[in-house]
Amino acid sequence: MNIHEYQAKAVLKSFGAPVAEGVPILTLDDVQTAIDTLPGPLWVVKSQIHAGGRGKGKFLEAEAGEKGGVRLAFSKEEVMSHAKAMLGNTLVTAQTTDAGKQVNRLYVEDGADIDRELYLSMLVDRATGQVAFVASTEGGMDIEEVAHDTPEKILTLPVGDGVSDADAAKICDALELTGKAREDGMKLFPILYKAFTEKDMAMLEINPLIVMDSGDLRVLDAKVSFDGNALFRHPDIMELRDTTEEDEKEIEASEWDLAYIALDGTIGCMVNGAGLAMATMDIIKLYGEEPANFCDVGGGANAEKVAAAFKIIMKDPAVKGILVNIFGGIMKCDVIAEGVIQAVKETNLAVPLVVRLEGTNVDQGKAILAKSGMNIIPADDLDDAAQKIVAAVKGA
Amino acid sequence: MSILIDNNTKIIVQGLTGKTGSFHTNQALDYYGTKMVAGTHPKKAGTNWAADNGAELPIYASAGDAKEATGANASVIYVPPAGAAAAIEEAIDAEIPLIICITEGVPVLDMVRVKAKLEKSKSRLIGPNCPGVLTPEQCKIGIMPGKIFQKGSVGVVSRSGTLTYEAVYQTSQVGLGQTTAVGIGGDPVKGTEFIDMLEMFLADDETEQIIMIGEIGGAAEEEAAQFLMDEAKKGRKKPMVGFIAGRTAPKGRTMGHAGAIVSGGQGDAESKIAAMEAAGIRVSPSPARLGTTMIELLKG
Repeated sequence: MNIHEYQAKAVLKSFGAPVAEGVPILTLDDVQTAIDTLPGPLWVVKSQIHAGGRGKGKFLEAEAGEKGGVRLAFSKEEVMSHAKAMLGNTLVTAQTTDAGKQVNRLYVEDGADIDRELYLSMLVDRATGQVAFVASTEGGMDIEEVAHDTPEKILTLPVGDGVSDADAAKICDALELTGKAREDGMKLFPILYKAFTEKDMAMLEINPLIVMDSGDLRVLDAKVSFDGNALFRHPDIMELRDTTEEDEKEIEASEWDLAYIALDGTIGCMVNGAGLAMATMDIIKLYGEEPANFCDVGGGANAEKVAAAFKIIMKDPAVKGILVNIFGGIMKCDVIAEGVIQAVKETNLAVPLVVRLEGTNVDQGKAILAKSGMNIIPADDLDDAAQKIVAAVKGA
Repeated sequence: MSILIDNNTKIIVQGLTGKTGSFHTNQALDYYGTKMVAGTHPKKAGTNWAADNGAELPIYASAGDAKEATGANASVIYVPPAGAAAAIEEAIDAEIPLIICITEGVPVLDMVRVKAKLEKSKSRLIGPNCPGVLTPEQCKIGIMPGKIFQKGSVGVVSRSGTLTYEAVYQTSQVGLGQTTAVGIGGDPVKGTEFIDMLEMFLADDETEQIIMIGEIGGAAEEEAAQFLMDEAKKGRKKPMVGFIAGRTAPKGRTMGHAGAIVSGGQGDAESKIAAMEAAGIRVSPSPARLGTTMIELLKG
């Protein structure tokens, strides 16, 4: 689960990390509070959306002006005018789609005098199975590009069950921290480790971490995502979820415990198992069409869940055909067949439907589909199924 | 021979009294008499669990007690996510040689803790978030459907449950059958990676061919490919077919499995496929042609 920058900073601040004073803006009324609270003389007005590249982004609406999603203000009036220009408008960045994302929240922050911009992140390193820091002097840049062009400028340091002084010193060295900034760093890295592990973060990215003219370290931007499987033990974090940042279909799917991801293609997929669901997308592409979604109904789906998945898939107006691909290990094919028929009835399905069933009670399942009198195209295996749905969609 | 499990494997079930544990333990007992010997529950020690076939399995308070009483050498875990890591740790403390955790949704930092403990232990962990291990006509641990298996020559190792079934089903259809199928699981931090299983399959006389199924996320397939290249230089090599799921997956999104994500410039399908092909694996572009690709490979 992702959260906004201002929420991430509040979480980090609660652990003692140095962040600027700031005020979140949900409506224009909040702007006055920000102006009254923050002393200036420099303010930063930042769009809060769950996507990076905000500073270099562009708004779709002309009224928002030519500037990006992060704007400097040198007067209180300017704070207000930036807020008015951005709030409610649509920001397009390198990480959003071309349709962009509506900016429903802003964050106004004290400006800082920046001496150096650094990169620092934390994640679970899969190779070692440990929490690791990633540090680089190349702050404010796309770290993937740095990794590609100058990998020697990146330190990846697995830290086991805590940040020792030696670990912290290594990170300081990688960031070339000296004097006061080094003192701050020695304190900051263990704080970040504590925040990361206590709150079950999946990723924490501070880009940039800055050295100010005063020599202090400060978290200038913060991006945090949490392990969805651990949210059950963090009700405080759950409250930070902003569903307006998520796809409506994905939210509904999560209520049914379905793993659903909206994509750009035309063939809707309903599959059991994550690997098979990805493979089904891949094989559709192999035969020349694009999948409209990833959908894993899981191992224990019943007829109702199958019907719900169907309805969610059909909410995407781009869907021109559906491929159901079930390899029933735990799931029984006759149960799936009944769910499919129920869903076809309830949704008045008007697009081609190909169903491939395999596994437990496969013969009963196929018989139920055949006897239904509905226009369901049966398939013998995954290759057959993919070819049939692609042909049906292209013929339509 | 087989790997990991055979008809001498004696298994306890952590989470036997729950719905999932009960269902799959009944299925296992029906599969060539897999030796399910006991269950655990902290509050139900001294009671018995009644199987559908009339058998009764004793319930012990802990994995340690169950092992001591029954001589079990494997444990399967169906405990819900919040308690799964503690269940694995309990099995590690009991020094059970093989621990198989089926549970999906274990917090990744719990697994970081488990992994550290595992490395200092005498146990091997398969999973979590995996379908288990099955040796045809001998032993079934986990949730794989026994019916699709056929005793034979192919070793199957996969990060995905249902794609394991595809590989098993297809190798049965073409008449090759399997020695053992292992689902190592779809989580980013797990007990066993490809390399250990490939080593076992290379060492197993009855395993004549191997199917390896990976997916996007991490670099385990690339590491496995390097391992296979190194082994091939020593003359250890078996015909292999591979598949990578997620060629069409968007970057930065978790595709169902917690570990299936392309992020930080790592984990995309193309680099995995390239590494596997460089190691001599015939990578099928279609998940429906794993069996037929193996037949083609064997015909040369």
